[in-house]
Amino acid sequence: MKININHQEHEVADGATLADVLAALGLDGPGFAVAIGNKVVRKADRASTVLTDGTEIVVIKAVCGG
Amino acid sequence: MDTDRYSRQTMLAEIGEEGQRRLSEAKVLVVGVGGLGSAAAVYLAGAGVGTIGLCDPDVVSLSNLQRQVLYGEGSLGMPKADMAVRRLADLNSSIKLIPVSEPVTACNAATVVTGYDVVLDCTDNFAVRYALDDACHEAGVPLVHGAIGEFAGEVAIFNGRCGTRYADLYPDREALEGAPRKTSGVLGALPGIIGAMQAAEAIKLIAGFGECLDGRLLTLDLLTMHTSITEI
Repeated sequence: MKININHQEHEVADGATLADVLAALGLDGPGFAVAIGNKVVRKADRASTVLTDGTEIVVIKAVCGG
Repeated sequence: MDTDRYSRQTMLAEIGEEGQRRLSEAKVLVVGVGGLGSAAAVYLAGAGVGTIGLCDPDVVSLSNLQRQVLYGEGSLGMPKADMAVRRLADLNSSIKLIPVSEPVTACNAATVVTGYDVVLDCTDNFAVRYALDDACHEAGVPLVHGAIGEFAGEVAIFNGRCGTRYADLYPDREALEGAPRKTSGVLGALPGIIGAMQAAEAIKLIAGFGECLDGRLLTLDLLTMHTSITEI
């Protein structure tokens, strides 16, 4: 199935979870906030969040510059 | 009240004379007077925020001038807090400006924010961001957050009515505070945009109009011009 991360399309396995996809892309380290449907998904909920075709994910990397 | 000075904003129905009065009575602390803080402070002072604290322990260096619009070559080597007060006093002599040159730490953050109605987080490191989050949470003071990196920036309001905290968005406190600090590049216009948004959000909070970013994160990527607003 196809999902969208930060406006870029990705092909992932059917039934993949949010945690699976983030780990595969190296986006599961500290300092990443992740949202689906414009709402942040808590870190503890990523493994139980099953993605569906067309899911739009926003990954936000913490920055601290001022 | 200096009616002519503020006429272009008091003619806005959302502000009016009552909003202007609220602004003149407000006390706002800007923590970090670098790229974000320079832009934010200019618009807060211009809008007539009655008391503005300007907190930064650094001195002005040549590499700051690319984006820190409060300073010029005549400020090089001078304390940022003092130079910011000098520039803003020239912009608006009818407001009170308080320079604070001591660094904010986890130990003194609660004391530093005491007495302020709104705090702007314009700092450049995670440790101070978390310390301000703690202090504003304890004091019940809204924290208007802004942060930048290279081409991307973000704005949010924490510890507002919905109580969302910076630590809710980024729970990996220990890892972020312990990460080695490195100097990275930044497009000079980026802190200007994000800092101006922080000022606008503070003005909306104080005067009480519009939909602010309470518990929501706005992101901007200048490379693609993609923006998003995410509920935290």
